[in-house]
Amino acid sequence: MGYPADVRYTREHEWARLGGGQVTVGITSYATEQLGDVVFVELPAVGKEVEAGKPFGVVEAVKTVSDLYAPVSGRVVEVNVALAANPALVNQQPFGDGWMIRIAPRDAAQMSTLLSNDEYGKMVEEQHA
Amino acid sequence: MQPSTTIKRTPFYDFHRALGAKMVEFAGFEMPVRYTGDVHEHRCVRERAGLFDISHMGEFHVEGPGALEFLNRAITNDLAAAAAGQAVYSPMCRPDGGIVDDLLVYRFADHFMVVVNASNIAKDFDWLRGQCPQGVRLEDRSDRTALLAVQGPKAPDVLRGLVPDAALDLGYYRFMTGRLLGIESVISRTGYTGEDGFELYFDARSAAPVWEGLMRAGKERLEPVGLGARDTLRLEVGYMLYGNDIDDTTSPLEAGLGWTVKLKKGEFVGREMLVGQKEQGLERKLAGFALDGRRVPRHDMAIESGGRGVGRVTSGTFGPSLERPIGMGYVEAALAETGTALEVRVGEALLPARVVARPFYTRGSRRA
Repeated sequence: MGYPADVRYTREHEWARLGGGQVTVGITSYATEQLGDVVFVELPAVGKEVEAGKPFGVVEAVKTVSDLYAPVSGRVVEVNVALAANPALVNQQPFGDGWMIRIAPRDAAQMSTLLSNDEYGKMVEEQHA
Repeated sequence: MQPSTTIKRTPFYDFHRALGAKMVEFAGFEMPVRYTGDVHEHRCVRERAGLFDISHMGEFHVEGPGALEFLNRAITNDLAAAAAGQAVYSPMCRPDGGIVDDLLVYRFADHFMVVVNASNIAKDFDWLRGQCPQGVRLEDRSDRTALLAVQGPKAPDVLRGLVPDAALDLGYYRFMTGRLLGIESVISRTGYTGEDGFELYFDARSAAPVWEGLMRAGKERLEPVGLGARDTLRLEVGYMLYGNDIDDTTSPLEAGLGWTVKLKKGEFVGREMLVGQKEQGLERKLAGFALDGRRVPRHDMAIESGGRGVGRVTSGTFGPSLERPIGMGYVEAALAETGTALEVRVGEALLPARVVARPFYTRGSRRA
């Protein structure tokens, strides 16, 4: 199964989409399959600085919990408030309405350090084998 | 030395794969953890019916003169008080009162079937063999026995016509032998979900026709359910998971299983220690607690009270039917009282929790 080509990926299964000078962040469909049903997403406050590779939040699923890692450094400019009432959006549309935060990146060039969809797909396949 | 192990498969493995289940290793078996989603499968069992492959569990056949006395000496509950056709839930204890396993003993007219946790098959068999008197035959039939559970308020509807009518009239913890889709089976009104339902034991070679027949008859009332929802269902009703909530170091009294400890039935392994615990009072007890937020307590997180550690979480989950996080853990006896405020440590955060009565979920269809 292929992963969307319009986003970049972390090794920790987040995706990052650059658009309008902001980076939208969520977790991949593979991550949601591993986690199971998401019941809660703990997100940072708007205005908080996040560091690439460092945790910015927590995703709680019924059976498991996982930290969320920032793909790029920068300031949080928006969080997906819809997830508070409907965390299942993460499972239903991981690359769409299930997004988590938007970051004003300190250096948008950090995007190029992330994995392409092909590279990410290959990594998942190797982890799965 | 690490013994070389091969992961086992149940006779329903191909069905799980064909359904696209996510498979995980559990107790040495490759088992389906979920088919569609934990919450969906959980609700399916609470509202309609779920089909569980639990063939990983172990089945021992016990037969011969003295079999009753042998088993009754090994377990804490009173098998002698059960009639033929009755199943008994019981811990099996060590001399020091720790729990070797929790199991079901089925009393047939002329033999017994002991059903044990998958993770404990070898341990239990060795344990029982060490106590087994001459003349009693103890046989491990785990590998040749298939076990499916049909659980949920619609379970009797699903099985109607597939099993003898008498099976649908069985009381809770009663069983019979009879044909299930033409296959000789043990049909038992037991389960691990808090819902009405049946557990069905039959020859593993008949696995395919039984699974297919149940799914066909079940139609939209029945869906396969994985180990993920099995755990949330059992935890909502406060049932023990061996290895988490009870083990060799916990006693049945501490776990709140006092109703399964029959001190007056005569001698049994662990009795002396359990009598002592009862007389002296318990130092710690298994408490069930609920949390208000959405953060979920997980196995081995610290439980605190007034800034000091008082125990660890044994099991925790988000309860889909309760729509809140719940957990269990051993704490000092005084802190296990209903209403006591506790805290669960998650990294830097302390989550407020409150001790509540078990079962957490009380609206199930299970008939006492």
